[in-house]
Amino acid sequence: MSTGAERRTPAPPPAAWETYPVFPKAAKIELQLTEQRKNLRHATGTIRAKRLDRASEVPNWEDLRTAAAAIKDRVARHLDEYLVEAERTLTEAGVTVHWASTADEANAIVADIAVAKGVDEVVKIKSMVTQELDLNEYLEKRGIAAWETDLAELIVQLGHDLPSHILVPAIHRNRSEVREIFVEEMGRYGTPAPEGISDDPHELTQAARAHLRAKFLRAKMAVSGGNFIVADTGTLVIVESEGNGRMCLTLPETLVSIVGIEKVLPTVEDLEVFLKLLPRSSTGERMNPYTSMWSGVTPGDGPQDLHVILLDNGRTRVLSDPTGRAALRCIRCSACLNICPVYERVGGHAYGSPYPGPIGAILNPQLHGMGSERDRALPFASTLCGACNDVCPVRIPFTDILVHLRHLAVEHKTAKHPTVEQGIMKTAAWVLSDGKHLEKAQLATRAAGRVLGDRPLGPMPVPLAGRWLRARDVDAPPTETFRQWWKKHEQERKES
Amino acid sequence: MSAREDILGRVRAATRDVTEKDPALDVPVTWAYGQPLATPDVLADFVEKVEDYRAVVVRVPSDQVPRAIADALTTLGVHSAVMPPGVPAAWAEAASAAGVRLFADEPPLTHAELNDIDAVVTASAVAMADSGTIALDHHTDQGRRALSLLPDAHVCVVRADQVVSDVPEGIARLAPAMRARRPVTWLSGGSATSDIELSRVEGVHGPRRLWVVLAED
Repeated sequence: MSTGAERRTPAPPPAAWETYPVFPKAAKIELQLTEQRKNLRHATGTIRAKRLDRASEVPNWEDLRTAAAAIKDRVARHLDEYLVEAERTLTEAGVTVHWASTADEANAIVADIAVAKGVDEVVKIKSMVTQELDLNEYLEKRGIAAWETDLAELIVQLGHDLPSHILVPAIHRNRSEVREIFVEEMGRYGTPAPEGISDDPHELTQAARAHLRAKFLRAKMAVSGGNFIVADTGTLVIVESEGNGRMCLTLPETLVSIVGIEKVLPTVEDLEVFLKLLPRSSTGERMNPYTSMWSGVTPGDGPQDLHVILLDNGRTRVLSDPTGRAALRCIRCSACLNICPVYERVGGHAYGSPYPGPIGAILNPQLHGMGSERDRALPFASTLCGACNDVCPVRIPFTDILVHLRHLAVEHKTAKHPTVEQGIMKTAAWVLSDGKHLEKAQLATRAAGRVLGDRPLGPMPVPLAGRWLRARDVDAPPTETFRQWWKKHEQERKES
Repeated sequence: MSAREDILGRVRAATRDVTEKDPALDVPVTWAYGQPLATPDVLADFVEKVEDYRAVVVRVPSDQVPRAIADALTTLGVHSAVMPPGVPAAWAEAASAAGVRLFADEPPLTHAELNDIDAVVTASAVAMADSGTIALDHHTDQGRRALSLLPDAHVCVVRADQVVSDVPEGIARLAPAMRARRPVTWLSGGSATSDIELSRVEGVHGPRRLWVVLAED
């Protein structure tokens, strides 16, 4: 371990994910950030329109979604077989296969490979899984610098920031903020931004190109995630836009790819379904600019030392819930974030995880379990409007899983001691179990009705009821119950 | 190996509810693989989609390809270019005659050397019209992966018989190469990013300019 005296890479914010407040509190803070709300509204609106255009062009779009959901379900339900097959084909192709149960195990494998290779820096392809593992900070502690090479990840890293979107991690930043970050920080970690650079996205992009080119050319080791692993051929697939991925996958001698165990596809042919769905759902393009597929080591071409780490880190926990396991179909396109009215307003940071939005709301509590208040709050970070169900390219039933997880969150909360709500429900059960009980209870409501007269119930300083009545007016209880009215009515009928 | 056994053990425990052992019977996939699109003019569709990425496409008869390559390099204003060893000799002759300094990748150039070369000229394996995608399987007429990555401009020759309607047909044509463990690279326009305010900028780390020569019989 290094002494910690001097960092190699920009430090992330002191308040990393684990110290983030729970969603309802975080959302209130994030809603105050007017610039962020403006940036998000513009960005999600743009990308929603593009996605819709590109999905509408495909005549059999709904069939593709059905096929993708079925293929992913097939893999999940027989995952042990597909993992063993992938391990075999990868190994036969000359790839070293590692298995990691936890983030610590995966991070240690990456660092140990770097140490064995004698390298003290790695270049990285944008990868959700390494965000999940907090790999960069682990490597930093072991004296290894991890350089992000995706433009948005570079903006986040140089900005001492956290990502807020799966696809466009710097979606909360606008061009002038990006310019400031580049001018301030680039020179400290390599090639500086050119003098007099403007906030034109083209100029900013060229500054990133120049800054990173030197890092690509000297890098001896790269770390990537992976979009798909094809079990029957041992092929890894990475889709990207900028070419930073191709640089990382082609130039260094050593490549370590960390892939969640749910990323397996049975055959090469299955790629036709996912490579049609993913780019159109994700960036709203007919195809992303670059897709790299490699099946082991090719002599004289690309990295000669290939590693794949098959990662669990909570995925088997998700798999163990027959209702919740559909979340493992996710191909990280981010269409659910862009369509979500909650995400559009609060942004990604409020979810307290690199997986924000609807997918974060169903994935985090399942990956981690219901132990923390933060994870228990996430299934409630939704209006259940269901727009995410409709755009999801793998047909994840978001709202079904959200309701299921709300149930689990309540069960967890009430397992040890009953809540006020439960007390009320218990009383209600007693009242409604017998007509005589109801009659007694109605004595009380009639009395209240006589006291209140015609005045409706407004806000009142009573716990629980006070919050509920803040937004609602309720008529005062009636002074005559239905039972009394019925008795009187029957009496009158007989007499007449 | 204990993490392996742990993970597989947890996977099996988590899927205890699955009783049908055959994955295909357990979850049927009702998708017809490898189907073409009913595109009236596949080549025109390909040209339109590639141009939509703001790449250049020129259509020429097969015997005019060397001249089209020389024209491309001249128009792009490049002074040096690399060609993989498997391309027709006529391509190199035409480029040389146009005053472009040519490099062969034999013996392999270093990454620094490739980085200083202005352009690369390659053939291709398959092209998919509907998405405007060109696939390389890095045979000798396409070269190793670094070759078509580091130079700043890519002139790519696609034969008309290599163009299929859509991704499923393309995957079917590429599957043998992948089963033979060849690396495969898909290009859809030049490199691009939309990371700043989602405004698309062409030209990041890969070749900033893509020039496609479509050879027709």
